[in-house]
Amino acid sequence: MKLELREITKKFGSFAANRDVSLTVEPGEIHCLLGENGAGKSTLMNVLYGLYRPTSGEILVDGEPVEFSGPSDALHRGIGMVHQHFMLVPVFTVAENVALGSETRKGVTLDLETTRRRIREISDQYGFAVDPDAVVEDLPVGVQQRVEIIKALVRDAQLLILDEPTAVLTPKETDELLAIMRQLKADGTSIVFISHKLREVREVSDVITVIRRGEVVGSVSPEASTSELAAMMVGREVSLTVDKQPAQVGEQTLVVEDLTVVGDNGVTLLDNLSLSVSQGEILAVAGVQGNGQVEFVEALLGLRKASGSIRLESQELVGRSVRQVLDAGVGFVPEDRSTDGLVGPFSVAENLVLDLYKDPRFHSGPSLKQKEIRANAEQRIKEFDIRTASAAAHASTLSGGNQQKIVVARELSRPLKLFVASQITRGVDVGSIEFIHDRIVAERDNGVPVIIVSTELDEVYGLADRIAVFFHGRLMGIVGPETPRETLGQMMAGATEEEVRSQGGLAHPGLQPPENSGTDSTDHDGDAVSNLPWEEQA
Amino acid sequence: MTTPTTNSPTVNAAEDLETDGPAWIGSALQPVLAILAALVLGGLLIAATDERVMKAASYFFSRPSDTLSAGWSAASAAYQAMFYGAVFNPNGNSFARQIYPFTETLTVATPLILAGLGVAVAFRAGLFNIGAQGQILMGATLAAYVGFTWSMPLPLHLLLVVLAGAIGGGVWGGVVGLLKARTGAHEVILTIMLNYIAVNLLAYLLTRPSFLREGSTNPISPPVAESAQFPLLLGAPFRLHWGFVLAVAATVFVWWLLNRSTTGFELRAVGSNPRAAKTAGINVTKGFVIVMILAGALAGLAGVAQISGTEGSLSAGVAASFGFDAITVALLGRSTPLGTFLAGVLYGGFRAGAVTMQTMTGTNVDIVLVVQSLIVLFIALPPLFTAARGRRSRRDKSKTTRSAGAVKEAQA
Repeated sequence: MKLELREITKKFGSFAANRDVSLTVEPGEIHCLLGENGAGKSTLMNVLYGLYRPTSGEILVDGEPVEFSGPSDALHRGIGMVHQHFMLVPVFTVAENVALGSETRKGVTLDLETTRRRIREISDQYGFAVDPDAVVEDLPVGVQQRVEIIKALVRDAQLLILDEPTAVLTPKETDELLAIMRQLKADGTSIVFISHKLREVREVSDVITVIRRGEVVGSVSPEASTSELAAMMVGREVSLTVDKQPAQVGEQTLVVEDLTVVGDNGVTLLDNLSLSVSQGEILAVAGVQGNGQVEFVEALLGLRKASGSIRLESQELVGRSVRQVLDAGVGFVPEDRSTDGLVGPFSVAENLVLDLYKDPRFHSGPSLKQKEIRANAEQRIKEFDIRTASAAAHASTLSGGNQQKIVVARELSRPLKLFVASQITRGVDVGSIEFIHDRIVAERDNGVPVIIVSTELDEVYGLADRIAVFFHGRLMGIVGPETPRETLGQMMAGATEEEVRSQGGLAHPGLQPPENSGTDSTDHDGDAVSNLPWEEQA
Repeated sequence: MTTPTTNSPTVNAAEDLETDGPAWIGSALQPVLAILAALVLGGLLIAATDERVMKAASYFFSRPSDTLSAGWSAASAAYQAMFYGAVFNPNGNSFARQIYPFTETLTVATPLILAGLGVAVAFRAGLFNIGAQGQILMGATLAAYVGFTWSMPLPLHLLLVVLAGAIGGGVWGGVVGLLKARTGAHEVILTIMLNYIAVNLLAYLLTRPSFLREGSTNPISPPVAESAQFPLLLGAPFRLHWGFVLAVAATVFVWWLLNRSTTGFELRAVGSNPRAAKTAGINVTKGFVIVMILAGALAGLAGVAQISGTEGSLSAGVAASFGFDAITVALLGRSTPLGTFLAGVLYGGFRAGAVTMQTMTGTNVDIVLVVQSLIVLFIALPPLFTAARGRRSRRDKSKTTRSAGAVKEAQA
């Protein structure tokens, strides 16, 4: 299917989210829309999918002008969309979810057999491995996404819009998705791929259209360099590597000993973990998602019951409340900012003091000091370049990158003895990543011990002074940043540092990362090392 | 479309710009439209049930203007009577008589405002307090007991009565907060059940000699001592008492608490995003207990307003249906202190004006109940308004629908 957008403009009041955007998607083409958060990519796709009416401009399908008054119109013309946040009923099975909205009936009863058959066909054709009778809420995120794709394919979509599909995926799942996209393309399906992750964009796209502030900046081929793309997207030169001096390591102030976390169902999630972090160094925790990283930071912060010991400047933190841990000088950036880091309906100013309102700067007796809170907001907004209409705007109206800046600004706006950040740049645009990384390094250089949890190996290598690798809730070893990716990859798949070293570093050329859940056995058969998902694909 | 698995609170900046003007206009617009629409429909109902209109309607096709003018005069006469009974009566022979209706409105509004604040404050912390009725009853019971058994000089006695009312309601609400914090039980179920317990506990107490008038078996307590009653604010003949000042003070206090205090900051954070609140070191379960004690205490003060203000003694009907109307009042007031205050005055006016309307025009008082219910209905119909106002965040919608659903449940 050939899709053309001609001079699409979408205005909200006087604000133009899209201005004269024109682009053409050829049949069987993967067309990437690249742009920062808030650049207008999603608005454009919502116009295309019939969720918004364009203020002006037209949409042509196979050369014929069309007008969509809703998603069902778009679906009817063969346009399917996979949203960033899935539109699935968690308690329904895959087949029920797929059938929903276009159920086939047998008299008054639901006929799911046809749907089941179609799901199996599609699943076999593309190697989805989706069981039509599995309940959606039990499926890993990557598989739920495939269910969304199946939903579109069952409805004969010839053009798929994927809105930031990799934002929620692990590196392995991302790799699998990219393979699926290539296969769909080979079968003639056109794909509009929305992303701001440069590497995957270059890997899979045929054409890249860069959008900035609602306007098309230009179209480039995927051969363009990463830094070139980043510069187009942000509008200025960006440094993709983290500038930092060698660490000036001071005293060892955080000592974790035999930290163990047992889940509600009796499963050991964190197994006798011991490590220490010194002042002025960044320890990066690497690992495939779901190997105990979340439990580790939650235990650190007192959000989760743990046994063992965590001593910060010889003060015991295990058994303390979150409030006490924060008061002990721990700054924390949670993995999911919108659910754990921010209160959406609160103003930017309020969010900037969300865990600081008990600080004498911001309250006297039972009263909040409004003036101080406002002044603090003005200062942080300036210092961290938070793009917001005003300090009184609701945090939920800001783009992801700017929301993250609020959380980082808040946590770094008091003297810290330990800084812990989880997936600090997930869903954050390139320009903001650079800024946030610089702030973390600055905090390190101030002599604060820093722990960064990340599933992005680029980030781990960029920031870490030492790398701790987690696997199945155990520490596989702590290595330096000079460790090759293959070694790290093997450790992430369950090999200890010694094992890797004693076997010459590449003894397991067929090593694969564990399954998404990280609970399966370490299967050592698989593809060649060059196919490791986290490997540089430059 | 199907239901999303994740409900993202993130809204595009662009989407928010879609609504014009400052946010408060949008949030005040819906209640005002709901009131107007309810009044119009209520007017149609008054016209349709009026005898002259029915007579004129029998020859509607020969002279439709008769029906229309009869309808108009019936509805406008009824609403005019309601206005005379609730706000200002121009036929009064003195200024005092002319403004007497408005003081009546404020008198009736006093318990509504106090109990409404109790519902609103809980709602801001994410809890749906259906238990205002039980909290009023328990507040009234304890206040009345202190009022008719103890004897003390005026300011001290009244102060103790007020305190007793707040404690009675506060304990009744606090139990809910404690059970929710400890066991995770749902506050809607807990408050509904505690309403029943309160009603029956009061019925039982009113069979005990210690709560009854000497030598009487009627289920009514002795009158509270003079020193336990709110002094009249404007003197006789006005019934308006110092309880209204208490309601104004409570409104200001709740405003300060929610918007200017550290406790309110915590409560609002717990209400809007408990997970983020927990991560920020706020004790969420403690928040539940605090807010329910506070909500109960406010409702308990409504009980005091009844005992020491208008009723003067304890009986089974002392709380009327104020506890349930309070939910509507809080909902109409969008759970803000000022909004709740204004909604309380409006509902006080409905109650005060309804009586006059019936005596002057013969319109049934139940029409007012219909109008009140229609207001709730229109507030519970967000799709109507979202269609008019464009897309709003999905989260907002689900919240309104959920609360409205619960109201209907509670009133059923």
